[in-house]
Amino acid sequence: MTSTTIAEPRDYLQAQMRWRLGEIAFWLATLLPFVLAPDYLLLASQVAIAALFVLSLDLILGFAGIVSLGHAAYFGTGAYTAGLISKLGWGEPLTGLVIAALAAGLFGYVTSFIIARFRHLPLIMITLGIGLLLQESANSASWLTGGFDGLQGIHTWPILGRFRFDLYGYTAYGYALAALFVIFLGARRLIHSPFGLALRGIRDNSQRMRAIGATTHSHIRTIYTIAAMIAGAAGAVLAQSTETVSLEVLGFQRSADVLVMLILGGTGRLYGGLLGAVVYMVARDQFSGLNPQYWYFWIGLLLIAVVVVLPNGLLGGLSLLTRRAKAQS
Amino acid sequence: MSESALAARGVDKRFGSLVVAANVNLALPPGARHALIGPNGAGKTTLINLMTGMLRPDAGQILLGREDVTALAPEQRVRRGLARTYQINSLFPHLTALESVTLAVCERRRVAQTWWRRLITYREEIEEAHQILVALMLGAACHRPARELAYGQQRLLEIALALASRPKVLLLDEPAAGVPREESKELFAAIAGLSRDIAVLFIEHDMELVFRFASRVIVMVGGSILVEGTPAEITSDPQVRAVYLGKAQREYRYG
Repeated sequence: MTSTTIAEPRDYLQAQMRWRLGEIAFWLATLLPFVLAPDYLLLASQVAIAALFVLSLDLILGFAGIVSLGHAAYFGTGAYTAGLISKLGWGEPLTGLVIAALAAGLFGYVTSFIIARFRHLPLIMITLGIGLLLQESANSASWLTGGFDGLQGIHTWPILGRFRFDLYGYTAYGYALAALFVIFLGARRLIHSPFGLALRGIRDNSQRMRAIGATTHSHIRTIYTIAAMIAGAAGAVLAQSTETVSLEVLGFQRSADVLVMLILGGTGRLYGGLLGAVVYMVARDQFSGLNPQYWYFWIGLLLIAVVVVLPNGLLGGLSLLTRRAKAQS
Repeated sequence: MSESALAARGVDKRFGSLVVAANVNLALPPGARHALIGPNGAGKTTLINLMTGMLRPDAGQILLGREDVTALAPEQRVRRGLARTYQINSLFPHLTALESVTLAVCERRRVAQTWWRRLITYREEIEEAHQILVALMLGAACHRPARELAYGQQRLLEIALALASRPKVLLLDEPAAGVPREESKELFAAIAGLSRDIAVLFIEHDMELVFRFASRVIVMVGGSILVEGTPAEITSDPQVRAVYLGKAQREYRYG
């Protein structure tokens, strides 16, 4: 075994990047709601949007170690941009999605110059500040955003001129899922690229990165911009499929929720965030049904339980179980 | 006057009232094998930090070849051929040895910003990283995460990471710190086997290793350079015997 790895060092790296059976099964399973739970397609579309948003946070937090408590700023920028384009009379969803992602990416690029200079606690404060700043700006600019009442009068045209957004959420889920899958493919390619390796290096030891001649600041600016674009795309899908945008898309609650989903599922694994989004959104749906007033109590309990029992999140726990099972057999 | 690979000219550094470098002048010729010795707190690691840009001097210049690099950031100096290792392991714990060194090679070749191409398509980079690891006896361990490597292997990986930047000058801060005596000889043999294109300066406390592997020895005391010379000159220098070797010999005796 040792001799083969010496003969071809690339083989091992290649094996790391191969599509696994579990991954294929996961994506096939995302189609199940169409068949098994057609009544829950609207919820499923919310889950897919949340998953896309978590994916974006995982790229900066899980891979580059950039903590953020204000990631909703980019989600909201995307949502408002998509909503405004539609309100101005261009309701075509795909171009709207791209423009919204670019707008969020531009905002991400501008803010990344501050982000790249800090780490840890100061970074939490700065991202929190960016989030609050943007939300209050949107609140005061009510002529543009509708302020507290939200952005009204959005109309999204049928996708590709064929698929109209329906009451049951068939189109909404299909659209959100397609966006999630395509962007996921891009993210998966990214983490297996030289740049992905550099991000893991930054997360592991940013000081040492400088000592191997790495331009860590420019790496951080790049990934932050990419993550902002993805967050913006998630916000755009929400605005387009619900045909409304409220201030809540920029809210602290949304930034906190996405962080919780990521930690719940497990950081730095791409699928961890997706799993976290599914569990969190479904749990929230169930808990709020059971106990409409105090459902955050149960979310809190769930969060503590997962972090105490599974420090690497649900996916970390799962992979530990499968490794143990393999070791026993 | 022959050009030096790396030089410090009149470098001063103080932290408050504590002088950690006082008018330090030092020149490392191309292909040098110099040792930097001195008692604890003499300012040896500080000097490395000053030369690599981790610290900015209060006065003086750092020259890399003919270029004044005093104002450059550490990563810019690395890109111009000045690499270092750390006294306390500073690795990428979750990256395998091969991934770590491949990353360093990719950074040197400026391809680490590429996010749309898969890493495995970079055959040359991976192959080069692998060869560095093989040369440092890490070939068999190249797929293990750095944190799972034996301590001696981690010390070698430190050097592998520095070599991946193709340095002209390599500063080794106690490369064998914490490594058992037998293994540290192997480690120094690997250092001695490095290409003669690389000028090496190493900090080391073990005088036997210093005298075996260094062609010249620089003695630092209290932030300044006391004396520089061949190992033979250093051993017979009464000043050095007084402040350093005597103390070192006492340390050997007690443990």
